[in-house]
Amino acid sequence: MMVTLTIDGRSIKVRDGSTILQVSREHDFYIPTLCDDPRLEPYGGCRLCLVQIKGMPRPVTACTTPVTEGMNVETTNEEIEGLRRTIVELLLSDHPTDCMICEKAGDCTLQELAYFYNLRENRFEGERRQYSGSDGNPFIERNMEKCILCGKCVRVCNEVQGVSAIEIAYRGFSAKVCPPFEKDLDCEFCGQCVSVCPTGALMGKISMGKGRQKDIEKVESICPYCGCGCNITLHVARNEVIRVSSRPESLNEGWLCVKGRFGFRFNSSPDRLKHPLIKRNGRFEEASWDEALDYVAERFGEIKEKHGADAIAGLSSARCTNEENYLFQKFLRAAVGTNNIDHCARY
Amino acid sequence: MVGLATVFGSGAMTNSIPEIENNDLLFVIGSNTKENHPIVALRMMKAARKGAKIIVADPRRVPLVRFAHIWMQQRPGTDVALLNSMMHVIVKEGLMDKDFIVFRTEGFDQEFLKGLDEFTPEVGQKITGVPKEKIIESARLYAGASSPGIYYTMGITQHSHGTDNVFCIANLGLMTGSLGKESSGVNPLRGQNNVQGSSDMGCSPNMYPGYQKLTISTIKEKFETLWGAKLSDREGMTATDMLSAAEAKELRAMYIMGENPVLSDPDMAHTVKALGALDFLVVQDIFMTETAELADVVLPAASFAEKEGTFTNTERRVQRVRKAVSPPGEAREDLWIIAELSNRMGYEMKYPRIEAVFQEMGMAWPAMGGMTYSRLNRGGLQWPCPTQDHPGTPYLFKGGFPRGKGRFTVVKYRPSIEETDEQYPFILTTGRELFHYHTGSMTRRVDALNKVSPEPFVEINPEDARDMAVEDGAMLRVTSRRGAIELKARLSKRPDRGVVFIPFHFKEAAANVLTNSKALDPFCKIPELKVSTVRIEKV
Ligand code: SF4
Ligand code: SF4
Ligand code: SF4
Ligand code: FES
Repeated sequence: MMVTLTIDGRSIKVRDGSTILQVSREHDFYIPTLCDDPRLEPYGGCRLCLVQIKGMPRPVTACTTPVTEGMNVETTNEEIEGLRRTIVELLLSDHPTDCMICEKAGDCTLQELAYFYNLRENRFEGERRQYSGSDGNPFIERNMEKCILCGKCVRVCNEVQGVSAIEIAYRGFSAKVCPPFEKDLDCEFCGQCVSVCPTGALMGKISMGKGRQKDIEKVESICPYCGCGCNITLHVARNEVIRVSSRPESLNEGWLCVKGRFGFRFNSSPDRLKHPLIKRNGRFEEASWDEALDYVAERFGEIKEKHGADAIAGLSSARCTNEENYLFQKFLRAAVGTNNIDHCARY
Repeated sequence: MVGLATVFGSGAMTNSIPEIENNDLLFVIGSNTKENHPIVALRMMKAARKGAKIIVADPRRVPLVRFAHIWMQQRPGTDVALLNSMMHVIVKEGLMDKDFIVFRTEGFDQEFLKGLDEFTPEVGQKITGVPKEKIIESARLYAGASSPGIYYTMGITQHSHGTDNVFCIANLGLMTGSLGKESSGVNPLRGQNNVQGSSDMGCSPNMYPGYQKLTISTIKEKFETLWGAKLSDREGMTATDMLSAAEAKELRAMYIMGENPVLSDPDMAHTVKALGALDFLVVQDIFMTETAELADVVLPAASFAEKEGTFTNTERRVQRVRKAVSPPGEAREDLWIIAELSNRMGYEMKYPRIEAVFQEMGMAWPAMGGMTYSRLNRGGLQWPCPTQDHPGTPYLFKGGFPRGKGRFTVVKYRPSIEETDEQYPFILTTGRELFHYHTGSMTRRVDALNKVSPEPFVEINPEDARDMAVEDGAMLRVTSRRGAIELKARLSKRPDRGVVFIPFHFKEAAANVLTNSKALDPFCKIPELKVSTVRIEKV
């Protein structure tokens, strides 16, 4: 079933069952949101997505209101913008203003909104939540003073990850997101919650202090671990991968597991091999590439001459690229002259 | 994946990851999906939220069981009996897809049916330990589903009868016509990130890139022309054979790129001895692995983040990796190393750009012929993709099987090679856990991962532990016919009584000291990593 509605004066035909927010996104009408994520069930918590429907007494939340035939929606007007501005102002009145040292600065939805609504002064200055104590888990920094209680982390953990490691405890001013009994987080550490948090309340510990958002170069890549082939974005600063994220429109819908999201530090490990090594008298000695490659070519040559090409074999890797695997077998077959080639991953 | 290739003519996942969420029935056998393929598991859970039913068959209470409608806890190594008795039910109750069987398959004959005869649910229960009601209900659910998907991994293949297991799975899929359709198929989930790609690229002793057999002379000639070299028509050795040949001094030199067989292969003492017997060993890697320690020359390679190229994931999707940082010290891309070596050996390899290698791959194997790096930029492409305007292939066998008709195979139940006895009363099964990966050479260098999973352990059922007066965290010695390791007990209801589990990431207590390298699948030479017998003592 299709319905026809009007958004900001434009008439649009859409599938029945969509929400106003979904339709607006599909047709490029901008509606600010904090608690919505297209991959999660609608929640209606932040009220930032208020829109006016002609003939209704009050604005409604676009993320939870389904479209109906003949509906006439206004996504912006002075009243709505005033309401949205007040909501952001209220959130900021209970939010630390340490953006200059916040890891999330430059990639923070709340900061964006404060900029957009030009919120310099705050009419609602007052008491702020103070939380002490930090979470001892090795992956996720939880800074609950920065939490705006949008509930996305709780929902992603429950709806997508199926773990339900965190919940919103207490009510009103003391409400906060935490594991049951406020223990340290002990879960699958997939970091799905970190990826959806619109503020700096949840951050990856291993990325802290490694580089500002503005200095980061992003490179699209593929997770080096399992065969799912998740798409990852490498965040690079000063020739080091400092963070990994994933785009929601990717094959893996932006979700990753603990290895893909937090398992990248091996890359800059001090243990990395840095020089060719040749074993002499039972000990490895550093060698130049020329030396090492000449030596290998010479030894392979000798052995081939003496014992035949089939006395040489190669094992390739499921961690190397297709190009490398292709050239590796071509090397053994065409350069050495043997079909002794396999990869351990038959197992 | 020899099994699937034999019966269908192609041995890869038949469907795509996004299709999983539209399965109405998921049969997950021998796969700890939530820990080993976490993102595939999210799609499975999404399917369940949309109303699909999940059946898990696994000797351990794996995390996905929590989302399952039925959990069948078969004894390790009894998958053939389990699957055959499910098929027995399907045949007896007439739940097959008769049209599909007639038009698209062969071998569904008297002999095949006779092979199933003895596997009544009662017999199935006796061999597998799974209550017959569960076997019957699972069979009905699978046969009655309109878009069922089967998912399996090492739990099925790492057995001395791994290929038999795969044949049974294929039989089940063929019998119900659950193939060649969207969200309906037989799906081996590949373990490491580019297993699919390294098989596709011909890193195998009897096939050129694209599964083209080197014993067929026209194919050999094609490659001789493409590569401008005379090629050998003698099939090569498998990884397992290489080690025995090294010990026998038939093999003199090995070149190992990016693998750590000392930890990943069964029977570590045997592997070390075999590699030690070589005249010359070259290892190319990013870390000084246990295997590299044994080498004569170690060549420092670039990591995935330091090079351009492509990986092929478990659903045949070819995707790009890109250079994000430069390699440390003098480490170089494997491509550069191989080409330099080849040039020095008198066979010239000159590629102006990496994409030139990719283009040559497309010439060698038409299924990738339509791909270019720029086409891969938007989410990759799934092979077969033969022409520049081909959109890629999300699911296989739409118009039929590459070998013509899908083939039924008669499969007899054979017990695992090692069976428990008084001396070795426990069954050991090995595998991976969420926080580490393979031999751990990468993950164990990530502090945070090490912190949540710092040390090796053996999972043992609390009741067995109680009988032996073993407490959680106590040190145990686990001994098999091949060796012994010491590690901490982790009491867990995941394994059934009589079964213990050890993850193989930890070199200080390497599970593969215990496993059996001699028990091979006769067909594809996969060692029986999933079943060996051990005894357990307190230290
Ligand atoms: S890391 Fe994953 S499992 Fe842990 S709380 Fe966040 S979403 Fe939940
Ligand atoms: S921690 Fe972040 S995602 Fe969770 S409720 Fe707070 S602001 Fe929202
Ligand atoms: S992020 Fe996790 S699930 Fe995805 S490819 Fe990497 S290891 Fe596999
Ligand atoms: S986005 Fe609609 S209420 Fe938050």
